[in-house]
Amino acid sequence: MRKVVRGFYAIAHAVKLCKPNVICAYPITPQTEIVENLAAMHAEGELENCEYITAESEFGAASILVGASAAGARTFTATSSQGLILMSEVLYNAAGMRLPIVMVVANRALSAPLSIWNDHQDSMAMRDAGIIQVYVENNQEAHDLVPVAFRVAEDKRVMLPFMLCMDGFKLTHAYEPIELLEQEIIDAFLPPYDPPVKMTTKKPLTFGAYAPPPYYMEFRAIMHDAMERARKVIEEAMKEWSSITGRDYGGHTFTDYDEAEVAVVAMGSIVSMARDVAEEMRKEGKKVGVLKIRTFRPFPADEVRKALENVDKVIVLERALSLGSDGPLTLEVKSALYGTSKEIHTVVVGLGGRDVPRDLMVKIISEVYEGKVKPGFRFEGIHEYEEVIP
Amino acid sequence: MSEYFAPGHGACPGCGLTIAVRNTLEALEGKVFVSNSTGCLEIISSMYNRSAWGVPYIHSLFENAGAVAAGIEAALKALGRKDEGHVVVFAGDGATADIGIGTLSGMFDRNHDVLYICLDNEAYQNTGNQQSGLTPPGANTTTTPAGKIMPGKLGRKKDMVSIAVAHGIPYVASASVAFPMDIRRKVKRAVEFEGAKYIQIHCPCVTGWGIQGKDAVPLARLAVETALYPIVEFENGELVKVRKIKDRKPVEEYLKPQRRFRHLFRHPEGKKILEMIQKIADENAKRYNLDI
Amino acid sequence: MVKVKIGLGGVTEPLVSKNMKTGDWGTEYPVVDEEKCTACKNCEIYCPDGCIKVVEKEGKKVAVPDYDYCKGCWVCFTVCPADAIKMEVKELYKVEVC
Repeated sequence: MRKVVRGFYAIAHAVKLCKPNVICAYPITPQTEIVENLAAMHAEGELENCEYITAESEFGAASILVGASAAGARTFTATSSQGLILMSEVLYNAAGMRLPIVMVVANRALSAPLSIWNDHQDSMAMRDAGIIQVYVENNQEAHDLVPVAFRVAEDKRVMLPFMLCMDGFKLTHAYEPIELLEQEIIDAFLPPYDPPVKMTTKKPLTFGAYAPPPYYMEFRAIMHDAMERARKVIEEAMKEWSSITGRDYGGHTFTDYDEAEVAVVAMGSIVSMARDVAEEMRKEGKKVGVLKIRTFRPFPADEVRKALENVDKVIVLERALSLGSDGPLTLEVKSALYGTSKEIHTVVVGLGGRDVPRDLMVKIISEVYEGKVKPGFRFEGIHEYEEVIP
Repeated sequence: MSEYFAPGHGACPGCGLTIAVRNTLEALEGKVFVSNSTGCLEIISSMYNRSAWGVPYIHSLFENAGAVAAGIEAALKALGRKDEGHVVVFAGDGATADIGIGTLSGMFDRNHDVLYICLDNEAYQNTGNQQSGLTPPGANTTTTPAGKIMPGKLGRKKDMVSIAVAHGIPYVASASVAFPMDIRRKVKRAVEFEGAKYIQIHCPCVTGWGIQGKDAVPLARLAVETALYPIVEFENGELVKVRKIKDRKPVEEYLKPQRRFRHLFRHPEGKKILEMIQKIADENAKRYNLDI
Repeated sequence: MVKVKIGLGGVTEPLVSKNMKTGDWGTEYPVVDEEKCTACKNCEIYCPDGCIKVVEKEGKKVAVPDYDYCKGCWVCFTVCPADAIKMEVKELYKVEVC
């Protein structure tokens, strides 16, 4: 059923159809409307066998889901920015305990200074937690990937939390025509959660044991293995999803043009505009392509290397910073391209909701294409600035 | 007694915590889901491949045992498995009154069907006796050390029992490992109430308090007999029962045998602190009408 | 190298602390005077390590310590109302002081 809805509703609707048992969250802009919609669905009795809990903080929300997931429930939460950072201790813990909590992050900048607007600094701060991270480009993709997230997270080969990242406001609050899923489609794709272990008095196991030095390394190595296995599981799930819905999201990455000399690498909603600009430039005979990275953890290094094989220049559009180093996406791309001699441009754009107008995108790509700028790290779409002591 | 908490755990000889835990599990016949905060109990009982627990048990973090328990309860409700057992938290005094008070308050506020047991050994004993919100005044801890000018902890012991009562939860009580059968009775009574329950159990710590195993239970009893640890019981906000004291003893009798209070008897500020501690005991006796 | 088995997410089996025999921790151990023991179970209720139990022995119920685990903490000694428990020093620790 095709309907014009906002991003937050697209998420809430998909979550409802996935039949979670415990939903727990704490409001934070721009995520709030996702859980408000779920709360309303719960209040109307549309969520069966489901507890909806408003926690006292994001820290509490994530902790509640640790208990719920360990007890065998399918769990969901959503958050943004400071809320995600407040959850971080619990999320590392949940990943280590291999609890398949699914969460949506409505990407938003980090404080200070406080900003409610979009960039990717929040989820990037969680990249090492052992959580699968997928970034979506539009709301149809966000909607479709909710059941994929549950299926991958709960797969016995994986058993890790799953973070679906969508740009705050830009996607969460945008109206888009969405092919809204039907219950039968989800039921055919997503089996009920069957935890391999759970807390039960019938088999009284101990969860959350601590590991002395003879065990700790193996625990972490096994998490790494699970994350590696997730690559295949995500691919399988997306393939099956496309065969059911006809909407093909490819795999971990998506390339729009195979003969590019200059490639723009990006994640999230900004990909659409980059692609649009690249298409237009190609009409002018310029060999420009876009590599969209959808899966950030596990990072698809092989796919990235292959996709950029014949490219001379790479522009990484960074929506986050790793202060004192290259941007986090650049670090991954450079690592994937190790041993090759490509020109790599790190272009930081759109922090804290700074607009990236089409003209700016044209300028960024053209300047690199025409060899007018040196490779390396730079900000674009930024004013001249100077620090003063007030 | 049945074996819901096995021997071979790593508690110090004479540890009060495990007396409270074993009697709680016995009272509930092992039909329990345990959520345990980081701390002494967790460290002594839940090493990988060395678990002492015979009931389903989870340890997540230091400050979230109340929330984790709430999650277990919500899951059991959603999955129609509520009859499998009671959800019980075991948390230390620091996890309860300091770092975890937010998640505890949230769990109380939402009135989850959870029994929260605070094992109060009056400091962060797992890491070597650092002061917590439930450390009593005058106590020498590694973060409130008694020195030339400082006489140990200056502030009062946080009144968690009143904080719990103020949340309007159906059942709140204090207890002591000196009286294990009272612990069992209170645990059984607590789970008759639907909603959040709080029991704070005074547990001697041989290492942190600077006492010997043979002093553990007698000193726990003295804490009650001096009115420094009033044993009270609230149902639906009403005080329904207290442990009465016959011939209340001066607080010195309780304080003197413990290394953590030893400095009070020679420190220039000591007399003032001792008077303050006696005043707290007198206030407790008056407030709860403890004296016979 | 030994192959280390890791339960999913660190999940571990119940009651396996029993593989840790803590009986060698203490310097003293309780000895029950079976004549005096009234089988009141106080020691069993209070024991922090769950290692003294009232059992039927030759037709009489008496407290029996489990020396595999007993840490010699003295708690049973202090709570026995019948004065039926004595603490004795282990042979190993009986040293002459010069």
